[in-house]
Amino acid sequence: MKKLVVAGLAAALAALTIPAASAQNINAAGATFPDPIYKKWFGEYKAANPKVQINYQAIGSGGGIKQYTEGTVDFGASDMPMTDAQIADTKVKPLHFPTVLGGLVLTYNIPGVTATLKFSPDAIAGIYLGEIKKWNDPKIAVDNPGVKLPSEDIVVVHRSDGSGTTFVFVDYLSKVSATWKKNVGANSSVSWPTGVGAAHNDGVAGMVKQTPNSIGYVELIFAVENKMTYAQVKNAAGKFVTASFDTVTAAAANSKDLGTDFRGSITNAPGAGSYPISSYTWLLIPSEIKDAAKKKAIVDFLTWMIGPGQKDAQPLSYAPLPKKIADLEKKQIAAIK
Amino acid sequence: MATPTAVVGTHRKPVAGRLRGGDEVAWALTLLFAVIILAVTLLLVFELWINSAPSRHKFGFGFLTSALWNPVTDEFGALPYIYGTALTSFLALLISVPLGVGAAIFLSELAPPKISSSLTFLVELLAAVPSVILGLIAIFTLVPLVRSYIGPALKDVLGWTPLFTGPVFGIGYLTAGLILAIMTFPFIISVSREALLSVPREQREAALALGATRWESTWQIVVPFARLGIFGSIFLALARALGETMAVTMVIGNSPTIRASLLSPGYTIASVVANEFTEATGKTYLSALVELGLVLFVLTMAINAVAQLLILVTTKKGSRKS
Repeated sequence: MKKLVVAGLAAALAALTIPAASAQNINAAGATFPDPIYKKWFGEYKAANPKVQINYQAIGSGGGIKQYTEGTVDFGASDMPMTDAQIADTKVKPLHFPTVLGGLVLTYNIPGVTATLKFSPDAIAGIYLGEIKKWNDPKIAVDNPGVKLPSEDIVVVHRSDGSGTTFVFVDYLSKVSATWKKNVGANSSVSWPTGVGAAHNDGVAGMVKQTPNSIGYVELIFAVENKMTYAQVKNAAGKFVTASFDTVTAAAANSKDLGTDFRGSITNAPGAGSYPISSYTWLLIPSEIKDAAKKKAIVDFLTWMIGPGQKDAQPLSYAPLPKKIADLEKKQIAAIK
Repeated sequence: MATPTAVVGTHRKPVAGRLRGGDEVAWALTLLFAVIILAVTLLLVFELWINSAPSRHKFGFGFLTSALWNPVTDEFGALPYIYGTALTSFLALLISVPLGVGAAIFLSELAPPKISSSLTFLVELLAAVPSVILGLIAIFTLVPLVRSYIGPALKDVLGWTPLFTGPVFGIGYLTAGLILAIMTFPFIISVSREALLSVPREQREAALALGATRWESTWQIVVPFARLGIFGSIFLALARALGETMAVTMVIGNSPTIRASLLSPGYTIASVVANEFTEATGKTYLSALVELGLVLFVLTMAINAVAQLLILVTTKKGSRKS
């Protein structure tokens, strides 16, 4: 009896471990924003290459950077590029690979206002600095002729959890407002001068939906999926632009701030068609991978991702990479040792 | 078939030895469990202490008195969070203690048995509702209620005090206090009720025999007799209120400011740790969050110590320990 059980257990164990042993397991962790497309990519890649299993844990950008630095994952993912200080802490220098793009939109709830509002950078910074307190402030009204804005207090809503989304938003505000840059700055969480915090996109969206006279920022994907109305934002060229895949990708193509190591931010990009609050999300790939089989799998995946993999972006509401950037990334793949 | 050998061993001893052996096994096992609990607590403190080192060295005791929380410049202070945690817990108890103890007295002393048992069942059901569900209820019903009715009404009547000023968002200290009250009073009711039920019948009968009315017997004899249990229930409720994360985060507004008005948004220790921990990069930032955990631990310990003292003082004069 005992022997039978032992034999059975051994057989079960063997059945579990044998396929795993012959497959290449790659572990990654990081940002939650690109999680849906990463899951799809890793799934599709496994279907084409059954021997490569990439496991992705969506634990947040900060977590992705932390795990990369500690060397507990094969590669990381983040919505914010790593800072010089963070890179200095790593054992193996990371290469930043932009994967897809996202935009960030301003959503609002003003009883009686159904028109799409237009915001200048001054107005957005003023509202989030707490300097613009009422909806009928001249700085808002000047760009919205014909819209009857109420003389009500603005309820400012921001993210309460640390997030890459917040980083993109405050990075944009730092670029367009000297006061913001001096007093607040940019990080995944900041010391907000005004407003109330709500957790995640759905928390912010819910709070705005429920609270009259409120404004908040959410990811474009989230706004599209939930059919929310969002404002047009005046870009660096002085044009009011609606966020969409095209305007976000245009911002990426027009931006000159990305840099050769792909670590720059592309907010407030030049060009008439650029949506100004746009951002890449990155994979953090070690510049040196000792395990040859692992290296081959990761290089193969990256090549596939920036090539044919990009077709998955739009159906999942992400903006695809501009061709120019994809070509530059191909060169960076060759730098992995 | 796969019995552990240790147990098999004790069974083979002679009868007298087996009994003694059983005692020893029980003694050793229960001691082990007790030590494990102590060890877990100590390990927790140790971990919090070690991991908060960078923040403790950088800010010292200034951490407790600074109201600044700025991840960009790496400057952190705990005061708004301590204030928010203490204020919301206090508000919660202010509402739930009279409500809970009153209901417990009704259920154990005054209600007909049928009503009592069905109500008790409902109360216990309420205690088992997960906090995230209560948080959702709070967002969708409590917040609009406070924004449209409770807040404006309080402002109209008590607007001259600093406690009810400023715009009414519907979220803030008051709403967090209300949801915490809803979360804590089932505990107060069920533990207080048990304490009241355990008061010997003779006490009630003696009081009634001396000519006391039903209410006099309840309020002057039964309740004082059970006050240890009632205090216990209140501190259990307080511990829950201090550490509650999910529901509070959803309705408090998550704004680290110190304001007198109960209608304004605030923040609590547990909420900020839950909100910012996953994305915290940088040693100081992370260790400041860990230090907040340490502060919460010390706060809870201190309140428990005060509770023990209070019980010691009140039990000395009058009724015996139950």
